[in-house]
Amino acid sequence: MTSDTPARRRGRVFSRRRGAPGRARRRLGAAVRMLAALALAGGVYTAFTPGAFAEDNVQLSAVAQEGKALYDTSCISCHGRDGQGVTERGPSLIGVGSASVEFQVGTGRMPMTRQEAQAEEKPPQFDKAQTEQLAQYVQELGGGPEIPDGPLVADIDTDPEALARGGELFRVNCTSCHGFGGGGGALSSGKFAPALHDPTAEELYAAMLTGPQNMPVFGDNQLTPEQKKQIITYIKFQLQEEKDPGGLFNLGRYGPSTEGMAIFLVGITLLVFTSLWIAGKS
Amino acid sequence: MKRRKIDLAQAPVNFAKGADDRFQGATPLRGLLNKVFPDHWSFLLGEIALFSFIVLLGSGVFLTLFFDPSMKEVAYDGEYLALKGTMMSAAYESSLNLSFEVRGGLFMRQMHHWAALLFMASILVHMARVFFTGAFRKPREINWVIGVLLFLLGFFAGFTGYSLPDDGLSGTGLRIASAIMLTLPIIGTWLSASIFGGEFPGELIIGRFYIAHVLLIPGILLALIAAHLGIVFKQKHTQWPGPLRTNENVVGERMFPRYAMKQGGFFMAVFGVIALMAGLFQINPIWLFGPYRAAEVSSASQPDFYVMFMDGLVRLMPNWQIYIPIGNGYSIPPMFWPAVVGLGALFTLPMAYPWLEARKLKDKRSHHLLERPRDNPERVGIGMMAFTFFMVATISGSNDVISDKFHISLNAMTWAGRIGLLILPPLAYYISVRICLGLQQHDRQVLAHGVETGIIKRLPNGQFVEIHQPLGPVDDHGHPIPLEYAGWVVPKKMNRIGALAPAIKGFFFPVEKPAEIPVSPAVGGAVKREEIKSGR
Repeated sequence: MTSDTPARRRGRVFSRRRGAPGRARRRLGAAVRMLAALALAGGVYTAFTPGAFAEDNVQLSAVAQEGKALYDTSCISCHGRDGQGVTERGPSLIGVGSASVEFQVGTGRMPMTRQEAQAEEKPPQFDKAQTEQLAQYVQELGGGPEIPDGPLVADIDTDPEALARGGELFRVNCTSCHGFGGGGGALSSGKFAPALHDPTAEELYAAMLTGPQNMPVFGDNQLTPEQKKQIITYIKFQLQEEKDPGGLFNLGRYGPSTEGMAIFLVGITLLVFTSLWIAGKS
Repeated sequence: MKRRKIDLAQAPVNFAKGADDRFQGATPLRGLLNKVFPDHWSFLLGEIALFSFIVLLGSGVFLTLFFDPSMKEVAYDGEYLALKGTMMSAAYESSLNLSFEVRGGLFMRQMHHWAALLFMASILVHMARVFFTGAFRKPREINWVIGVLLFLLGFFAGFTGYSLPDDGLSGTGLRIASAIMLTLPIIGTWLSASIFGGEFPGELIIGRFYIAHVLLIPGILLALIAAHLGIVFKQKHTQWPGPLRTNENVVGERMFPRYAMKQGGFFMAVFGVIALMAGLFQINPIWLFGPYRAAEVSSASQPDFYVMFMDGLVRLMPNWQIYIPIGNGYSIPPMFWPAVVGLGALFTLPMAYPWLEARKLKDKRSHHLLERPRDNPERVGIGMMAFTFFMVATISGSNDVISDKFHISLNAMTWAGRIGLLILPPLAYYISVRICLGLQQHDRQVLAHGVETGIIKRLPNGQFVEIHQPLGPVDDHGHPIPLEYAGWVVPKKMNRIGALAPAIKGFFFPVEKPAEIPVSPAVGGAVKREEIKSGR
């Protein structure tokens, strides 16, 4: 039946060509044309629109594919397939940008040890190359802020005002959490602003740009890239390099609380022993 | 011509005789130089405060030579690069110049600040000594009150000094001070406006605080310190009970030469410790705080430690506001209770304590002998209760730093402080009273039975007994006759009563030869000391 039916139908079509089409024939023709048009539209659509799964392998760069492989083994359980996020576990990574990944993974905050108020800094789980691969993957997933190329610290010799401007911006924007000396500070319910003793210029820039953990985002319309570099200059030159007169120890720069400890632990202790010694000489 | 002979050895004598002929100073001076001071290490704690006050006066005078108490706005153009071009008050600018451009200026500033902390810290330690040993009892109540006033004045001297550099931290402190004034019902607004010359911060406060800090408060402090020492001179120093010491005499060293030399040495030591701390430890890095702007408040903004208890009480106070619907309505903000009522109570209650205790004990006698803390458990309990309260409040004053550095939730710290402030002081009272009673009991036990030798003896009938060394005479059966407690240390170990050879004195190496053991003539010749054994 399957082999001869089309031939017979074709014969019929040719044989009745010149006669007036019957009602049945008209309907049949309309149906056939409809089918053909649908098949054509569907075929064209299928040929030109991207498929649901075929796309990824086509568009990711080689670096990003490496990153995806790392992502699928280390990040996917909380951030979900394709960085879409998992409710109550991890936020979506669409649009966070490579700067965020380089900060969070580069400082060891991600992958997180456990769900808590805030991810702690720890030895990084991925080396620099792997971090860049992950960053590239997340960047290609949905775009977002990136750390700019070029130096992130102003040159004090050519731009001597950068330090003072940076200091002023630091006091306006940063000290309320990180403290006047960058010693860090507490926030509510176990959250905290970390100390600024050791982050690199890239990490500082990325942190301002992306607002990791509980830090607000300082986008380029709040602090221009120039201002960010001035702040980094102040932190690098003034707070990290210990260009800080006034003795061998700065007592952590936590303000009067450590000074109060010092006067009892050092001053009073020394003098009580002295008085024991003097009174013992009678 | 015969050369006139000058007898050099006779020169001081002639000089002193000449002076005495003119001023008749020998008799009063002899009384003064022969004045006897009892000697104990704990009597030197108040001297730390006195000596650091002297350092404060000296370093403070140096600072005034360079400080400009003006709030005029200037653009900074000094050595410190990180503030170049910043607009700031002249006071802050001169503090920066003092730190960076005046030779030795930063060292002097740090010395002044460390000396201030040491002044307040040693006052606290000295007060604790006076309180726990009962040295405040009649006739010395007034001197105790003066001491509390000295702490209060030191508190204000410290706070005004902390405010003078007009940096970010001191401005924040001033803001809190103005807020505390504003909490006073009815008069608050007027008080704040009159002190700041209008709305906070105004342009007057640095000049006003300056004159308070360098003239008014130090003047009163100096007068009160003179009164404090004068009263100690007049009433004589208390002493510990001991052999030959009674309520009517003073046993100790003459003021001159030994006591005066010891005091001179101790002054050098205090000066040295302050200088050491000023040279080694950075304090109050004002250049990092920046000029005061009301919008810039750093985390870890705290007052110095002796004001921290107040900050802590303010941090712990729940948000309870009281509205009084009279007239246009008044409100009492929650800060009023810890900052005004709390501060008032923490200074007036200690002042009244000597009379409260005397009233309760119906004790009208004069006391010149100190009491060991254990002999008055009630007082120790009350003191420990106050101390615990103060410590919980002080720790809460830096609860943000502690919660950050020890990874504790700040909210948990606040609640721990609130609960601790109510629960811990009574607990401290109970525990310290029990400890005192236990120590008393142990003293009485040793007096009644003798010192434990650590030797267990087995009797022929198989019974085990511990051998005690009686401290006094024994009765016919060899049992010690119970001794009266004399208010002083009871020896509780065998080497305290000579079971071991005398200890070799000296700190790093033996500088003194071991004392010769006195030998009884009855024994005849030197005997070897033998270790006490069980006798088998």
